[in-house]
Amino acid sequence: MILYELIEYDTLRVIWWVLLGVLLIGFALTDGFDMGVGALLPFVAKTDVERRVVINTVGPVWEGNQVWFILGGGAIFAAWPPLYAVSFSGFYLAMFVVLAALIVRPVAFKYRSKREDAAWRARWDWALFAGGAVPALIFGVAVGNVLLGVPFHLTQDLMPMYDGSFYGKFLGLLRPFALLAGVVSFSMLLMHGAAWLSLKTEGLIAERARRIGSVAGLVAAAGYALAGLWLAIGIDGFTLVTDAVANGPSNPLYSEISREGSWIAAYGTRPWIIVAPIMGFAGIALAVMGLRAGREVSTLLWSKVAITGIISSVGLTMFPFILPSTVDANSSLTVWDASSSHQTLFIMLICTLIFMPLILAYTAWVYKVLWGKVTETDVTEHADTLY
Amino acid sequence: MEIGLVELSRLQFAMTAMYHFLFVPLTLGLSILVAIMETVYVMTNRPIWRQMTKFWGTLFGINFVLGVATGITMEFQFGMNWSYYSHYVGDIFGAPLAIEGLMAFFLEATFVGLFFFGWDKLSKVQHLVVAWLVAIGSNFSALWILIANGWMQNPVGAEFNPDTMRMEMTSFFDVIFNEVAQAKFVHTVSAGYVTAAVFVLGVSALYLLQNRHKDLARRSITVASSFGLAAALSVVVLGDESGYSASHTQKMKLAAIEAMWETEPAPASFTLVGFPDQEARETHYAVHIPWAMGLIGTRSLTEEIPGINSLVIEAEDRIRRGILAYDALMTIRENRGNVPAEARATFEQYSDDLGFAFLLKRYMEDPRDASEDQIAMAAEDTVPGVFPLFWAFRLMVALGFSFIAVMAYFFYRASFRKMQFPRWSLYAAVAIIPTPWIAAELGWFVAEFGRQPWTVDGVLPTAMSASHLSIADLLITLAGFVIFYTILFVVEIKLMVKYIRKGPFQDVDETEAWQNRHEARLRQNPNTPTAAATPAE
Repeated sequence: MILYELIEYDTLRVIWWVLLGVLLIGFALTDGFDMGVGALLPFVAKTDVERRVVINTVGPVWEGNQVWFILGGGAIFAAWPPLYAVSFSGFYLAMFVVLAALIVRPVAFKYRSKREDAAWRARWDWALFAGGAVPALIFGVAVGNVLLGVPFHLTQDLMPMYDGSFYGKFLGLLRPFALLAGVVSFSMLLMHGAAWLSLKTEGLIAERARRIGSVAGLVAAAGYALAGLWLAIGIDGFTLVTDAVANGPSNPLYSEISREGSWIAAYGTRPWIIVAPIMGFAGIALAVMGLRAGREVSTLLWSKVAITGIISSVGLTMFPFILPSTVDANSSLTVWDASSSHQTLFIMLICTLIFMPLILAYTAWVYKVLWGKVTETDVTEHADTLY
Repeated sequence: MEIGLVELSRLQFAMTAMYHFLFVPLTLGLSILVAIMETVYVMTNRPIWRQMTKFWGTLFGINFVLGVATGITMEFQFGMNWSYYSHYVGDIFGAPLAIEGLMAFFLEATFVGLFFFGWDKLSKVQHLVVAWLVAIGSNFSALWILIANGWMQNPVGAEFNPDTMRMEMTSFFDVIFNEVAQAKFVHTVSAGYVTAAVFVLGVSALYLLQNRHKDLARRSITVASSFGLAAALSVVVLGDESGYSASHTQKMKLAAIEAMWETEPAPASFTLVGFPDQEARETHYAVHIPWAMGLIGTRSLTEEIPGINSLVIEAEDRIRRGILAYDALMTIRENRGNVPAEARATFEQYSDDLGFAFLLKRYMEDPRDASEDQIAMAAEDTVPGVFPLFWAFRLMVALGFSFIAVMAYFFYRASFRKMQFPRWSLYAAVAIIPTPWIAAELGWFVAEFGRQPWTVDGVLPTAMSASHLSIADLLITLAGFVIFYTILFVVEIKLMVKYIRKGPFQDVDETEAWQNRHEARLRQNPNTPTAAATPAE
């Protein structure tokens, strides 16, 4: 017997669809607060010492957090090659902007405090702001575009092609619904960053963060509600016309798909998925209340619940679609036809089962070692070695 | 597909990859050197070694961050610029990249923060473990990326699936234990160790010339030269191993590197220098060493190494068979659900040559329409640029041997001449700082330019692999990368120079004071998990 046949192909596909979600959520939960902190930096910290306090709350951990993003890229490549091929080249210029932001950010962390010069530091502070704010916004815009559908088609050779005004033109991404999604993700991560700062700092900085964070939370909730309403009445969903061959070959062109119905119909056929939006709203509400009341640990946890709920709701609503096409519905990528081979999915699952628990364990240990607030005294005492 | 687009995509990939590799080798080697220094510190408890760890650690950090930042580009560029490649081989190629993230990136990135910020929060032994984990993580990442790259050079453990129009994995074991990948891995990390050794040596020599930080500099030279000597030997030996594996996996690349136009009777001679002329198919002013090539390439006296001309003829045959495979593939595709057994059988017989039919796609939509001339042209395309490969390789090898000499000399002076170094040798050590980088970039050039016209050798041509972007898209990102990377480069060099000028920022006295404070702190706070490591009096 061949080992990988221990798990059915369709089961593996669903597992990898869940893991894709886990990676995206893992990224949003960890690097999400780094981005939120970056975006909050100019507003919660005014003096140089204050800024260094803020930067050093994430200083030792942002690097590990960012790996969630890199691993996300690698895992999509390994488990969902057509998705990797179509989305990364289709969102080409947007990806470039994200890359630029994510390249500037590490450098800014490391180099900012290596010179005394005030202008030097001010420049890197803006880089940190952009490195946090820009990806936070663009990731939301990208998710919005995925819900709207993307104008690509696949040739018979399965070469991805892009049509019309969308492709290559960055501005084509900025459709109103997608912008709304961008606002949701931006404000959500702002809230998350504020929850982190409320835990890791004290005094004036924490106060400012809580104030901005609670407003951001309310904006996120309103935007999320509006987006749901918009999906229900203003945006067409996609439907599989023929029954999916859930363990067939990964060729997106083999299934017939039409653009009809509504995404929200999923809540009729799979009512239990309502849990996700409930987590989203409840998480935001409790996080905002926590920020106002000055609770620390629980606020961060509720913020995590909110993010988990919001991201899961997108995936659960679209299932089994991953990346629908507006110009050739049959080219749309679904869970059943855009994965790696049976064997590769199995091998990657084994690797994930071995390494993920290790990663979580040593990451937890690092956070434990670094537990506690970062204070102005810390920064002034270790002016030479800290960021 | 427009050829201009493919060329621009190649240019961008080459530029971003070579830029990335300015930082990687130093990370690979310095992470280990720093961990070695810290090990000595923990074992001997002498403050000078902690000072060395912190000083070289600071330079490591400045370099590390740019390696990480520019690495992000690499992880995403396959999908952005090489979407057909990503689709066609993602089933195999994606796996090592994902495992790299799981096994290596998380390890190094999670612990590198603790390395810099954890001095006061960890016991000495804990901090040492953290330093080693960073080093191991960095080196693991090289392992997986070279398994991925090795597969592009020697695509084992995979076969084409007509249903999904892509290569799919048949044996993960073969992919991991690909002989090309294993030789490349050790060769590449050793090159990184040499780079770090030359860097540490050069900076230390500068301090000795300036008459400052002499204790630190002398000890650093001792560590760097012994580590560097072993690494330089390993680089050359494993480079030879790579050459040996190329003699049966990538015959064309080897023939091009050696400018071997004709198949010579075994054992072939080695062309030491000369001026290869691709048009005339000969090497002007060549200086030959009899037998050497046959011995290096085949490790035998009787095995022949095929020359370029006979490999081109072989390629023509493979293109013809590839067209048969392509024809069968089209029949299979058109009759899905009811595939004629004959087509299936033809395809299975010739599917190994399918990639050669794709070489014709540069000239036409359907390879079955190819004329004799076009087949000859496509066969000719399988020869990479001989002149640049020939010289890049020779320069790299010459540098490789000179590193052995340099390291051996300093190792001798450090071990047997009481760490006294004549001034001329110190000047030389400073002057050669850039050379390992040149050697490393030349090595990548030989490996990847020599792989042309394929992205995956014999499987997928470069011309088919690129994304269907517009030239404007490419120009925007290319300009963006150039500007952006230039700024980062200037900033990083400035900071490096600044920190080298500044020197170790903690004096030995200060380190000693810190050590006493730290131990007192650990004694006072029995809750710290580290207290056990430093028993109370």
